[in-house]
Amino acid sequence: MYTNRYIFTYAAVLVIVAAALLSLAAMLLKPFQERNIAIEKMRGILTSAQVTEANANNAIPLFNKYITEELVLDPQGNVVNTYTQSPKEDAPAFKIDLKKQYYNKSQNKPYKLPLYIAQKDGKRIYIIPMRGTGLWGPIWGNIALTSDFKTVVGVFFDDKSETPGLGGEIAKPKFQKQFIGKTIFDDGGKFTSVEVVKGGVQKLPASMQIHGVDAISGGTITSKGVDAMLRNVLKSYLPYIKKNR
Amino acid sequence: MQTEKTEREALFSPKNIKLLTGPLNMNNPITVQVLGICSALAVTAKLKPAIVMSLAVMVVTGFSNLVVSFLRNGIPPRIRIIVQLVVVATLVILVDQLLKAFVFDVSKQLSVFVGLIITNCIIMGRLEAFAMANKPWPAFLDGIGNGLGYGLILITVAFFRELFGSGTLFNYQVIPQSLYNAGYVNNGMMILPPMALITVGVIIWVQRYYNRSLIEK
Repeated sequence: MYTNRYIFTYAAVLVIVAAALLSLAAMLLKPFQERNIAIEKMRGILTSAQVTEANANNAIPLFNKYITEELVLDPQGNVVNTYTQSPKEDAPAFKIDLKKQYYNKSQNKPYKLPLYIAQKDGKRIYIIPMRGTGLWGPIWGNIALTSDFKTVVGVFFDDKSETPGLGGEIAKPKFQKQFIGKTIFDDGGKFTSVEVVKGGVQKLPASMQIHGVDAISGGTITSKGVDAMLRNVLKSYLPYIKKNR
Repeated sequence: MQTEKTEREALFSPKNIKLLTGPLNMNNPITVQVLGICSALAVTAKLKPAIVMSLAVMVVTGFSNLVVSFLRNGIPPRIRIIVQLVVVATLVILVDQLLKAFVFDVSKQLSVFVGLIITNCIIMGRLEAFAMANKPWPAFLDGIGNGLGYGLILITVAFFRELFGSGTLFNYQVIPQSLYNAGYVNNGMMILPPMALITVGVIIWVQRYYNRSLIEK
Protein backbone atom coordinates (compact mmCIF):
# COMPACT_ATOMS: atom_id res chain seq x y z
CA MET A 1 0.00 0.00 0.00
CA TYR A 2 1.19 3.53 -0.70
CA THR A 3 1.16 6.13 2.04
CA ASN A 4 -0.16 9.63 1.49
CA ARG A 5 3.33 10.97 2.02
CA TYR A 6 4.62 8.77 -0.81
CA ILE A 7 1.80 9.87 -3.12
CA PHE A 8 2.41 13.56 -2.50
CA THR A 9 6.17 13.25 -2.84
CA TYR A 10 5.76 11.23 -6.03
CA ALA A 11 3.42 13.80 -7.54
CA ALA A 12 5.62 16.73 -6.53
CA VAL A 13 8.80 15.21 -7.95
CA LEU A 14 7.06 14.21 -11.17
CA VAL A 15 5.63 17.68 -11.72
CA ILE A 16 8.93 19.40 -10.99
CA VAL A 17 10.80 17.14 -13.40
CA ALA A 18 8.20 17.75 -16.10
CA ALA A 19 8.26 21.51 -15.53
CA ALA A 20 12.05 21.65 -15.65
CA LEU A 21 12.09 19.65 -18.86
CA LEU A 22 9.53 21.91 -20.53
CA SER A 23 11.20 25.13 -19.42
CA LEU A 24 14.49 23.90 -20.79
CA ALA A 25 12.89 23.01 -24.12
CA ALA A 26 11.07 26.33 -24.33
CA MET A 27 14.31 28.21 -23.65
CA LEU A 28 16.34 26.28 -26.20
CA LEU A 29 13.72 26.48 -28.94
CA LYS A 30 12.71 30.09 -28.46
CA PRO A 31 15.21 31.62 -30.95
CA PHE A 32 14.00 29.27 -33.69
CA GLN A 33 10.36 30.00 -32.97
CA GLU A 34 10.87 33.75 -32.92
CA ARG A 35 12.69 33.50 -36.24
CA ASN A 36 9.69 31.73 -37.73
CA ILE A 37 7.31 34.33 -36.37
CA ALA A 38 9.40 37.16 -37.84
CA ILE A 39 9.50 35.41 -41.22
CA GLU A 40 5.75 34.90 -41.07
CA LYS A 41 5.27 38.60 -40.34
CA MET A 42 7.40 39.56 -43.35
CA ARG A 43 5.49 37.16 -45.56
CA GLY A 44 2.22 38.75 -44.45
CA ILE A 45 3.47 42.25 -45.23
CA LEU A 46 4.76 41.19 -48.64
CA THR A 47 1.61 39.27 -49.50
CA SER A 48 -0.55 42.31 -48.79
CA ALA A 49 1.63 44.33 -51.16
CA GLN A 50 0.93 41.64 -53.80
CA VAL A 51 4.44 40.20 -53.75
CA THR A 52 2.75 36.87 -54.31
CA GLU A 53 5.91 34.80 -54.70
CA ALA A 54 6.79 35.35 -51.02
CA ASN A 55 7.12 32.16 -48.98
CA ALA A 56 8.91 31.03 -45.85
CA ASN A 57 12.21 30.52 -47.69
CA ASN A 58 12.52 33.79 -49.57
CA ALA A 59 10.66 36.20 -47.26
CA ILE A 60 13.80 37.77 -45.78
CA PRO A 61 15.55 38.74 -49.05
CA LEU A 62 12.26 39.87 -50.62
CA PHE A 63 11.42 41.94 -47.55
CA ASN A 64 14.80 43.67 -47.74
CA LYS A 65 14.30 44.25 -51.46
CA TYR A 66 10.79 45.69 -51.52
CA ILE A 67 10.47 47.52 -48.20
CA THR A 68 12.22 50.88 -48.44
CA GLU A 69 11.13 52.69 -45.29
CA GLU A 70 9.76 51.67 -41.92
CA LEU A 71 8.12 54.43 -39.88
CA VAL A 72 6.97 54.72 -36.31
CA LEU A 73 4.05 57.13 -35.83
CA ASP A 74 2.66 58.78 -32.74
CA PRO A 75 -1.12 59.12 -32.14
CA GLN A 76 -1.14 62.59 -33.76
CA GLY A 77 0.26 61.17 -36.97
CA ASN A 78 3.80 62.55 -36.58
CA VAL A 79 6.70 60.42 -37.69
CA VAL A 80 8.88 59.70 -34.66
CA ASN A 81 11.26 57.27 -36.31
CA THR A 82 12.28 56.61 -39.89
CA TYR A 83 14.37 53.57 -40.66
CA THR A 84 15.84 52.97 -44.09
CA GLN A 85 18.88 50.82 -43.35
CA SER A 86 19.31 47.10 -43.80
CA PRO A 87 18.51 44.57 -42.51
CA LYS A 88 14.96 45.77 -42.46
CA GLU A 89 13.91 43.47 -39.65
CA ASP A 90 16.00 45.46 -37.15
CA ALA A 91 13.74 48.49 -37.54
CA PRO A 92 11.98 49.81 -34.44
CA ALA A 93 8.73 49.69 -36.44
CA PHE A 94 9.15 45.97 -37.09
CA LYS A 95 9.60 45.27 -33.39
CA ILE A 96 6.42 47.04 -32.26
CA ASP A 97 3.96 44.72 -30.52
CA LEU A 98 0.58 45.73 -31.94
CA LYS A 99 -1.37 44.00 -29.22
CA LYS A 100 0.28 46.18 -26.59
CA GLN A 101 -0.13 49.40 -28.59
CA TYR A 102 -3.84 48.93 -29.23
CA TYR A 103 -4.30 47.99 -25.59
CA ASN A 104 -2.59 51.24 -24.60
CA LYS A 105 -4.82 53.09 -27.03
CA SER A 106 -7.94 51.60 -25.45
CA GLN A 107 -6.64 52.72 -22.03
CA ASN A 108 -5.99 56.26 -23.34
CA LYS A 109 -2.26 55.80 -22.81
CA PRO A 110 0.39 56.92 -25.32
CA TYR A 111 0.98 54.45 -28.13
CA LYS A 112 3.06 53.97 -31.26
CA LEU A 113 2.03 52.72 -34.68
CA PRO A 114 4.20 51.06 -37.31
CA LEU A 115 3.93 51.85 -41.03
CA TYR A 116 5.83 50.17 -43.84
CA ILE A 117 6.56 51.71 -47.20
CA ALA A 118 7.31 49.46 -50.14
CA GLN A 119 8.50 50.28 -53.61
CA LYS A 120 7.07 47.95 -56.22
CA ASP A 121 7.03 48.43 -59.99
CA GLY A 122 7.95 52.09 -59.47
CA LYS A 123 5.01 52.73 -57.17
CA ARG A 124 4.99 53.61 -53.49
CA ILE A 125 2.82 51.32 -51.40
CA TYR A 126 1.91 52.02 -47.78
CA ILE A 127 1.37 48.93 -45.66
CA ILE A 128 -0.52 49.12 -42.39
CA PRO A 129 -0.37 46.16 -40.00
CA MET A 130 -3.64 45.33 -38.26
CA ARG A 131 -4.81 43.42 -35.26
CA GLY A 132 -8.30 42.62 -34.01
CA THR A 133 -10.49 39.93 -32.56
CA GLY A 134 -12.34 37.13 -34.31
CA LEU A 135 -14.70 34.61 -32.79
CA TRP A 136 -12.26 32.38 -30.92
CA GLY A 137 -9.13 34.45 -30.68
CA PRO A 138 -7.04 37.18 -32.22
CA ILE A 139 -7.02 37.91 -35.94
CA TRP A 140 -4.38 40.01 -37.63
CA GLY A 141 -3.14 41.05 -41.02
CA ASN A 142 -1.97 43.91 -43.20
CA ILE A 143 -3.59 46.29 -45.62
CA ALA A 144 -1.58 47.83 -48.44
CA LEU A 145 -2.69 51.19 -49.84
CA THR A 146 -1.67 53.21 -52.88
CA SER A 147 0.40 56.36 -52.36
CA ASP A 148 -2.75 58.54 -52.15
CA PHE A 149 -4.00 56.27 -49.32
CA LYS A 150 -7.28 55.77 -51.14
CA THR A 151 -7.18 52.49 -53.01
CA VAL A 152 -6.43 49.07 -51.53
CA VAL A 153 -3.50 47.34 -53.23
CA GLY A 154 -4.09 44.14 -51.31
CA VAL A 155 -4.71 42.65 -47.90
CA PHE A 156 -3.50 39.75 -45.86
CA PHE A 157 -5.35 38.19 -42.94
CA ASP A 158 -4.48 35.40 -40.59
CA ASP A 159 -6.01 34.07 -37.42
CA LYS A 160 -5.08 32.04 -34.40
CA SER A 161 -8.08 29.78 -34.01
CA GLU A 162 -11.01 30.65 -36.30
CA THR A 163 -13.07 27.64 -37.43
CA PRO A 164 -11.50 26.10 -40.56
CA GLY A 165 -13.87 26.35 -43.50
CA LEU A 166 -15.98 29.06 -41.85
CA GLY A 167 -14.27 31.99 -40.12
CA GLY A 168 -10.90 30.53 -41.05
CA GLU A 169 -11.66 31.40 -44.69
CA ILE A 170 -10.45 34.97 -44.02
CA ALA A 171 -6.93 33.58 -44.36
CA LYS A 172 -7.66 32.30 -47.88
CA PRO A 173 -6.73 34.22 -51.04
CA LYS A 174 -10.32 33.90 -52.29
CA PHE A 175 -11.57 36.19 -49.51
CA GLN A 176 -8.58 38.51 -49.61
CA LYS A 177 -8.68 39.05 -53.39
CA GLN A 178 -12.00 40.86 -53.03
CA PHE A 179 -10.29 43.80 -51.35
CA ILE A 180 -8.04 44.65 -54.30
CA GLY A 181 -9.11 47.93 -55.89
CA LYS A 182 -11.62 48.85 -53.17
CA THR A 183 -11.31 52.35 -51.72
CA ILE A 184 -11.31 53.48 -48.10
CA PHE A 185 -12.32 57.10 -48.84
CA ASP A 186 -15.30 58.28 -50.88
CA ASP A 187 -14.95 60.90 -53.61
CA GLY A 188 -15.51 63.69 -51.09
CA GLY A 189 -12.53 62.43 -49.06
CA LYS A 190 -14.68 61.06 -46.25
CA PHE A 191 -13.37 57.92 -44.52
CA THR A 192 -15.52 54.88 -45.31
CA SER A 193 -13.21 51.93 -44.52
CA VAL A 194 -13.93 48.71 -46.41
CA GLU A 195 -17.11 47.20 -45.11
CA VAL A 196 -17.45 43.41 -44.85
CA VAL A 197 -21.09 42.97 -45.83
CA LYS A 198 -23.16 40.04 -44.62
CA GLY A 199 -25.30 38.73 -47.45
CA GLY A 200 -23.02 40.13 -50.14
CA VAL A 201 -21.80 43.47 -51.36
CA GLN A 202 -24.77 43.90 -53.73
CA LYS A 203 -26.90 44.70 -50.69
CA LEU A 204 -25.15 48.05 -50.46
CA PRO A 205 -26.32 51.05 -52.52
CA ALA A 206 -24.47 51.19 -55.84
CA SER A 207 -22.34 54.17 -54.79
CA MET A 208 -21.10 52.28 -51.72
CA GLN A 209 -20.21 49.01 -53.43
CA ILE A 210 -16.66 50.18 -54.07
CA HIS A 211 -16.22 50.34 -50.26
CA GLY A 212 -17.49 46.83 -49.49
CA VAL A 213 -16.68 43.14 -49.84
CA ASP A 214 -18.70 39.94 -49.29
CA ALA A 215 -18.67 38.49 -45.80
CA ILE A 216 -18.12 34.76 -45.28
CA SER A 217 -21.22 32.60 -44.98
CA GLY A 218 -21.08 30.77 -41.67
CA GLY A 219 -18.37 33.12 -40.48
CA THR A 220 -20.46 36.10 -39.43
CA ILE A 221 -18.66 36.94 -36.22
CA THR A 222 -15.23 36.57 -37.79
CA SER A 223 -16.39 38.76 -40.70
CA LYS A 224 -17.59 41.38 -38.25
CA GLY A 225 -14.22 41.11 -36.51
CA VAL A 226 -12.45 41.82 -39.81
CA ASP A 227 -14.76 44.77 -40.45
CA ALA A 228 -14.13 46.21 -36.98
CA MET A 229 -10.39 45.61 -37.26
CA LEU A 230 -10.18 47.49 -40.58
CA ARG A 231 -12.22 50.38 -39.24
CA ASN A 232 -10.36 50.71 -35.92
CA VAL A 233 -6.90 50.35 -37.35
CA LEU A 234 -7.41 52.64 -40.33
CA LYS A 235 -8.99 55.27 -38.05
CA SER A 236 -5.83 55.24 -35.93
CA TYR A 237 -3.82 56.15 -39.02
CA LEU A 238 -6.17 58.91 -40.22
CA PRO A 239 -4.13 61.75 -38.63
CA TYR A 240 -1.03 60.61 -40.55
CA ILE A 241 -2.99 60.04 -43.75
CA LYS A 242 -4.58 63.51 -43.60
CA LYS A 243 -1.14 65.11 -43.25
CA ASN A 244 0.46 63.17 -46.07
CA ARG A 245 -2.30 62.68 -48.61
CA MET B 1 20.80 -22.17 -19.50
CA GLN B 2 17.23 -23.05 -20.15
CA THR B 3 15.88 -20.47 -17.71
CA GLU B 4 18.08 -17.71 -19.09
CA LYS B 5 16.72 -18.32 -22.56
CA THR B 6 13.11 -17.89 -21.48
CA GLU B 7 13.86 -14.75 -19.50
CA ARG B 8 15.77 -12.92 -22.20
CA GLU B 9 13.61 -12.49 -25.21
CA ALA B 10 15.05 -11.30 -28.51
CA LEU B 11 14.38 -7.62 -29.27
CA PHE B 12 12.37 -8.46 -32.33
CA SER B 13 10.87 -11.79 -31.35
CA PRO B 14 7.67 -12.82 -33.15
CA LYS B 15 5.68 -11.70 -30.13
CA ASN B 16 7.24 -8.24 -30.22
CA ILE B 17 6.82 -7.94 -33.98
CA LYS B 18 3.17 -8.73 -33.47
CA LEU B 19 2.91 -5.74 -31.11
CA LEU B 20 4.15 -3.61 -33.94
CA THR B 21 2.05 -5.03 -36.77
CA GLY B 22 -1.14 -5.95 -34.93
CA PRO B 23 -2.43 -2.38 -34.78
CA LEU B 24 -1.90 -1.99 -38.51
CA ASN B 25 -4.75 -4.32 -39.31
CA MET B 26 -6.46 -6.70 -36.90
CA ASN B 27 -6.21 -4.36 -33.93
CA ASN B 28 -6.25 -0.99 -35.65
CA PRO B 29 -6.99 1.83 -33.21
CA ILE B 30 -9.15 3.75 -35.67
CA THR B 31 -11.00 1.16 -37.73
CA VAL B 32 -11.33 -1.61 -35.16
CA GLN B 33 -11.28 0.14 -31.80
CA VAL B 34 -12.73 3.36 -33.27
CA LEU B 35 -10.51 5.63 -31.17
CA GLY B 36 -8.93 8.92 -32.16
CA ILE B 37 -11.55 9.67 -34.78
CA CYS B 38 -11.82 13.41 -34.15
CA SER B 39 -8.25 14.25 -35.07
CA ALA B 40 -8.48 11.83 -37.99
CA LEU B 41 -11.29 13.98 -39.40
CA ALA B 42 -9.60 17.27 -38.72
CA VAL B 43 -6.12 16.97 -40.17
CA THR B 44 -6.69 14.78 -43.23
CA ALA B 45 -7.64 17.37 -45.85
CA LYS B 46 -4.04 17.34 -47.11
CA LEU B 47 -1.31 14.69 -46.97
CA LYS B 48 1.45 16.75 -45.39
CA PRO B 49 -0.33 17.69 -42.15
CA ALA B 50 -1.67 14.13 -41.92
CA ILE B 51 1.85 12.71 -42.06
CA VAL B 52 3.22 15.18 -39.54
CA MET B 53 0.27 14.49 -37.25
CA SER B 54 0.85 10.73 -37.58
CA LEU B 55 4.51 11.15 -36.70
CA ALA B 56 3.63 13.36 -33.74
CA VAL B 57 1.11 10.83 -32.41
CA MET B 58 3.53 7.97 -32.99
CA VAL B 59 6.27 9.72 -31.03
CA VAL B 60 3.87 10.52 -28.21
CA THR B 61 2.34 7.03 -27.97
CA GLY B 62 5.75 5.36 -28.19
CA PHE B 63 7.51 7.48 -25.62
CA SER B 64 4.61 7.86 -23.20
CA ASN B 65 4.27 4.06 -23.21
CA LEU B 66 8.01 3.78 -22.60
CA VAL B 67 8.09 6.29 -19.75
CA VAL B 68 4.97 4.99 -18.04
CA SER B 69 6.23 1.43 -18.35
CA PHE B 70 9.47 2.44 -16.63
CA LEU B 71 7.51 4.10 -13.85
CA ARG B 72 4.80 1.46 -13.63
CA ASN B 73 5.98 -0.20 -10.41
CA GLY B 74 6.28 3.10 -8.56
CA ILE B 75 3.10 4.83 -9.68
CA PRO B 76 0.59 4.98 -6.82
CA PRO B 77 -2.61 3.49 -8.29
CA ARG B 78 -4.77 6.25 -6.85
CA ILE B 79 -3.08 8.95 -8.92
CA ARG B 80 -2.06 6.83 -11.90
CA ILE B 81 -4.32 8.66 -14.39
CA ILE B 82 -2.88 12.00 -13.29
CA VAL B 83 0.65 10.65 -13.64
CA GLN B 84 -0.13 9.34 -17.11
CA LEU B 85 -1.62 12.68 -18.10
CA VAL B 86 1.45 14.56 -16.89
CA VAL B 87 3.68 12.29 -18.97
CA VAL B 88 1.50 12.62 -22.06
CA ALA B 89 1.03 16.37 -21.69
CA THR B 90 4.77 16.93 -21.27
CA LEU B 91 5.52 14.96 -24.41
CA VAL B 92 2.80 16.71 -26.41
CA ILE B 93 4.02 20.15 -25.42
CA LEU B 94 7.56 19.13 -26.38
CA VAL B 95 6.36 17.93 -29.78
CA ASP B 96 4.35 21.13 -30.27
CA GLN B 97 7.37 23.29 -29.42
CA LEU B 98 9.58 21.31 -31.80
CA LEU B 99 7.05 21.65 -34.62
CA LYS B 100 6.79 25.40 -34.02
CA ALA B 101 10.57 25.69 -34.15
CA PHE B 102 11.29 23.55 -37.20
CA VAL B 103 8.16 23.08 -39.35
CA PHE B 104 6.27 26.27 -38.66
CA ASP B 105 3.88 26.14 -41.62
CA VAL B 106 2.73 22.62 -40.79
CA SER B 107 2.42 23.54 -37.14
CA LYS B 108 0.11 26.38 -38.18
CA GLN B 109 -2.07 24.01 -40.20
CA LEU B 110 -2.29 21.52 -37.35
CA SER B 111 -2.98 24.38 -34.92
CA VAL B 112 -4.97 23.12 -31.96
CA PHE B 113 -4.87 19.47 -32.95
CA VAL B 114 -1.31 18.97 -31.75
CA GLY B 115 -2.40 20.13 -28.32
CA LEU B 116 -5.39 17.85 -28.56
CA ILE B 117 -3.13 14.80 -28.89
CA ILE B 118 -3.27 14.92 -25.08
CA THR B 119 -6.91 13.92 -25.22
CA ASN B 120 -6.40 11.31 -27.94
CA CYS B 121 -8.00 8.20 -26.48
CA ILE B 122 -5.50 5.92 -28.21
CA ILE B 123 -2.71 7.15 -25.97
CA MET B 124 -4.47 6.87 -22.64
CA GLY B 125 -5.95 3.57 -23.79
CA ARG B 126 -2.54 2.07 -24.53
CA LEU B 127 -1.08 3.39 -21.28
CA GLU B 128 -3.85 1.84 -19.21
CA ALA B 129 -4.18 -1.38 -21.17
CA PHE B 130 -0.57 -2.10 -21.97
CA ALA B 131 2.17 0.09 -20.54
CA MET B 132 1.01 -0.25 -16.92
CA ALA B 133 1.42 -4.03 -17.11
CA ASN B 134 4.35 -4.62 -19.45
CA LYS B 135 8.08 -4.10 -19.66
CA PRO B 136 9.43 -0.94 -21.32
CA TRP B 137 10.56 -2.43 -24.64
CA PRO B 138 7.32 -4.23 -25.53
CA ALA B 139 5.42 -1.16 -24.29
CA PHE B 140 7.47 1.08 -26.56
CA LEU B 141 6.81 -1.21 -29.54
CA ASP B 142 3.13 -1.31 -28.71
CA GLY B 143 3.03 2.49 -28.66
CA ILE B 144 4.88 2.81 -31.96
CA GLY B 145 2.65 0.11 -33.47
CA ASN B 146 -0.51 1.92 -32.47
CA GLY B 147 0.91 5.18 -33.75
CA LEU B 148 1.61 3.45 -37.06
CA GLY B 149 -1.88 2.00 -37.19
CA TYR B 150 -3.34 5.44 -36.57
CA GLY B 151 -1.01 6.99 -39.15
CA LEU B 152 -1.83 4.37 -41.78
CA ILE B 153 -5.51 5.26 -41.68
CA LEU B 154 -4.83 8.99 -41.51
CA ILE B 155 -2.57 8.90 -44.54
CA THR B 156 -4.97 6.72 -46.52
CA VAL B 157 -7.83 9.09 -45.80
CA ALA B 158 -5.68 12.13 -46.57
CA PHE B 159 -4.57 10.56 -49.87
CA PHE B 160 -8.13 10.24 -51.13
CA ARG B 161 -9.27 13.56 -49.70
CA GLU B 162 -6.41 15.52 -51.23
CA LEU B 163 -6.63 13.67 -54.55
CA PHE B 164 -10.35 14.17 -55.06
CA GLY B 165 -10.78 17.35 -53.03
CA SER B 166 -7.88 19.39 -54.40
CA GLY B 167 -6.60 17.32 -57.33
CA THR B 168 -3.13 17.37 -55.78
CA LEU B 169 -0.82 15.14 -53.75
CA PHE B 170 1.66 16.86 -51.42
CA ASN B 171 0.42 20.06 -53.11
CA TYR B 172 1.61 18.88 -56.54
CA GLN B 173 -1.10 18.78 -59.14
CA VAL B 174 -1.66 15.18 -60.22
CA ILE B 175 -4.98 15.43 -62.02
CA PRO B 176 -3.97 16.71 -65.47
CA GLN B 177 -5.10 20.15 -66.56
CA SER B 178 -6.67 18.66 -69.70
CA LEU B 179 -9.20 16.87 -67.51
CA TYR B 180 -10.19 20.17 -65.89
CA ASN B 181 -10.49 21.73 -69.32
CA ALA B 182 -12.82 18.88 -70.27
CA GLY B 183 -15.12 19.88 -67.43
CA TYR B 184 -13.83 17.93 -64.42
CA VAL B 185 -14.15 19.77 -61.11
CA ASN B 186 -12.68 19.03 -57.71
CA ASN B 187 -15.12 17.64 -55.18
CA GLY B 188 -15.41 20.38 -52.57
CA MET B 189 -17.16 17.96 -50.22
CA MET B 190 -13.92 16.01 -49.82
CA ILE B 191 -12.29 19.00 -48.12
CA LEU B 192 -14.96 19.09 -45.42
CA PRO B 193 -14.86 16.84 -42.33
CA PRO B 194 -18.02 14.79 -43.15
CA MET B 195 -16.29 13.17 -46.11
CA ALA B 196 -13.42 12.15 -43.84
CA LEU B 197 -15.92 10.27 -41.72
CA ILE B 198 -17.39 8.63 -44.80
CA THR B 199 -13.91 7.74 -46.07
CA VAL B 200 -13.08 6.14 -42.70
CA GLY B 201 -16.39 4.29 -42.96
CA VAL B 202 -15.46 2.96 -46.39
CA ILE B 203 -12.07 1.82 -45.08
CA ILE B 204 -13.79 0.00 -42.21
CA TRP B 205 -16.13 -1.64 -44.73
CA VAL B 206 -13.30 -2.78 -47.00
CA GLN B 207 -11.28 -4.04 -44.04
CA ARG B 208 -14.18 -6.09 -42.70
CA TYR B 209 -14.88 -7.48 -46.16
CA TYR B 210 -11.40 -9.02 -46.18
CA ASN B 211 -11.31 -9.79 -42.47
CA ARG B 212 -14.56 -11.54 -41.74
CA SER B 213 -13.46 -12.22 -38.15
CA LEU B 214 -13.75 -8.50 -37.39
CA ILE B 215 -17.46 -8.39 -38.15
CA GLU B 216 -19.42 -7.87 -34.95
CA LYS B 217 -22.01 -10.55 -34.37
